[in-house]
Amino acid sequence: MAILIGKDTRVVVQGITGSAGGFHAKQCAAYGTQIVAGVTPGRGGETFEAVGPDGQLLKIPVFDTVEEAVEKTRADTSLIFVPPPGAADAIVEAADAGCSLIVCITEGIPVLDMVRTRRWLEGRSGVRLVGPNCPGVITPGACKIGIMPGHIHRPGRIGVVSKSGTLTYEAVGQLTAAGVGQSTCVGIGGDPIAGLDFIDVLELFNNDPDTDGVVLIGEIGGAAEIKAAEWIRGHMKKPVAAFIAGAAAPPGKRMGHAGAIINGGKGTAREKIEALEAAGVKVSRSPADMASTLLSLLK
Amino acid sequence: MKIHEYQGKQLFARYGIPIPKGYPAFSKEEARISAAKLIEETGIPVVVVKAQIHAGGRGKGGGVKLAKGGPDEAADLAEKMLGMQLVTHQTGPKGQKVRRLYIEQGLDIDKEFYLALVVDREARRVAMMGSREGGMDIEEVAARSPDKIHTLTMDPFLGLTGFQARKLAYALEMHRHGKAAFAQFVRLCHSLYDLFVKEDCSLLEINPLIVTKKGDVVALDAKINFDENSEFRHASDWADLRDVDEEDPVEFEAKKAGLSYVSLDGNIGCLVNGAGLAMATMDIIKAYGGEPANFLDVGGGANQEQVTKAFSIILKSPKVKGIFVNIFGGIMKCDVIATGVVAATRELGLTVPLVVRLEGTNVELGKKILAESGLAIQPADTMADGARKIVEATRG
Repeated sequence: MAILIGKDTRVVVQGITGSAGGFHAKQCAAYGTQIVAGVTPGRGGETFEAVGPDGQLLKIPVFDTVEEAVEKTRADTSLIFVPPPGAADAIVEAADAGCSLIVCITEGIPVLDMVRTRRWLEGRSGVRLVGPNCPGVITPGACKIGIMPGHIHRPGRIGVVSKSGTLTYEAVGQLTAAGVGQSTCVGIGGDPIAGLDFIDVLELFNNDPDTDGVVLIGEIGGAAEIKAAEWIRGHMKKPVAAFIAGAAAPPGKRMGHAGAIINGGKGTAREKIEALEAAGVKVSRSPADMASTLLSLLK
Repeated sequence: MKIHEYQGKQLFARYGIPIPKGYPAFSKEEARISAAKLIEETGIPVVVVKAQIHAGGRGKGGGVKLAKGGPDEAADLAEKMLGMQLVTHQTGPKGQKVRRLYIEQGLDIDKEFYLALVVDREARRVAMMGSREGGMDIEEVAARSPDKIHTLTMDPFLGLTGFQARKLAYALEMHRHGKAAFAQFVRLCHSLYDLFVKEDCSLLEINPLIVTKKGDVVALDAKINFDENSEFRHASDWADLRDVDEEDPVEFEAKKAGLSYVSLDGNIGCLVNGAGLAMATMDIIKAYGGEPANFLDVGGGANQEQVTKAFSIILKSPKVKGIFVNIFGGIMKCDVIATGVVAATRELGLTVPLVVRLEGTNVELGKKILAESGLAIQPADTMADGARKIVEATRG
């Protein structure tokens, strides 16, 4: 079933009655994702209507708490659209209720809220967090938990892991145009403190019999790509192609993502490209060549 | 978000962190009055005139001067400093105009230290760093002798613990400066951590932290950055602290419109959705021999007004000789973007070459809107195609 999510994944959407949450819950349901519940405190007892992939009307129950949603619907995964002031709390609520996968789309969560949340998640081995500030996770043809356009994907055997949103779509679009499908695409988000990192996802792809190779998309700032390179050198059995965004970015300027900033000469694209290449990763210099770089490794 | 040294010190004072006596001054006369007041209050004839800009390295750039000759000398120094373009290694070659000063009492320094708090993204913790190599460029120290920087990481559920603070104090050899200094330093560490967390800082730096000849620990500098994501918790406080004169006016205008914009030195304007794709667009323009004029992320759900605003912001730079719109529609539908591009082009009477690449949701509809607009918009099929076209169109 590729990694993280598949046909059997049962999703509760936190913030389903908001405009973004509602819109994307419908999109996910239309893709075929099992949206089994919604949560908005104070709105318990309402019904959220969506249309499934075959045009069938879905009546999704809304609950006041995630705990109740999990109890009544056996949801195992949460998709979070709660606004920044309450988003970190929503992550903890989902984990506390027993969700094993939490995908947080929310952008703009205070960094120190994420420091506390990550600390709280430490030692809870049954819980995985993806994001925040990410497009989500998709296993094409089976399950979409996030805000990515489903129609650009196609089922296949290439894994994609990325800090970016639209740049991931670009990579997926290139793969699909080249006739190459994807096993699972994971957007880990561009925030300095987040859930799954490159290594966590690479490890899952490495052990996944349905994945043959991986496209990794990083960007300037931090050292996650360097650490990933070290891990790849020692463990990765499958070919990896990469692209690092921000080679043209000047130091000291934050490029949209809170994490995308070159500080004190650290976290440059060049430094990351060198580390990845030293680990045997093929790095495309142009974002137009992400798919073709991977394809060159498969032949 | 950055604030001035004197604002940082006012915050320090609220948390019981010892600072020298000082007063902000906005004119020569205010500087004279402040200096006279300081000399009277402290009995120390020396005052320091410090330029207040949001950049480090002020001392080397001539933005920190000692006045030993009383209030008149302080006033003369203030007159020279106000309005000057202060150039430091952090301001860029044009420098930053000095509009505010801080007049501070002089102190006899026995030893300078470095002390800072940051969010350490690898450790996923707040970290405190200290060094006996104070008063210097800490990045240089880190590169030359990293063993001279001592780092603690704090468990957010415990905060800074007593033993950790003592450990840092011993590592910095505070005990050599007397029991009082050691105790003062430990107290200061706790107060700083408290401030960092309660005020939602992303960086807090004191360089230098000093021990005076009398054996007192004092923060001689204060550099504080706030985490902008936390603004909702501090809205009124931060509104008072924000100095828009220190921000790039165009970047500030963009931020108010919900756009993420950074101006660069090239001549090709970029309008992109998503930070990663926006960076990649700059990269590919460069790869084709062009130079991007900006980074601009219109975000995930931009509407027609925001697209028009984005165009007008890009065109504020007289350097812009062409614009490349690169949109991969997900949430954002290509037809909405196309309608926005057509409206903006008409409304602003766009004269520079415009290349538009659309992909994703409703792409056919979007392309049709552009084609039927009758405007001189060059469509591109891929981002490589678009980058090549805009570089060619702006060449020569």
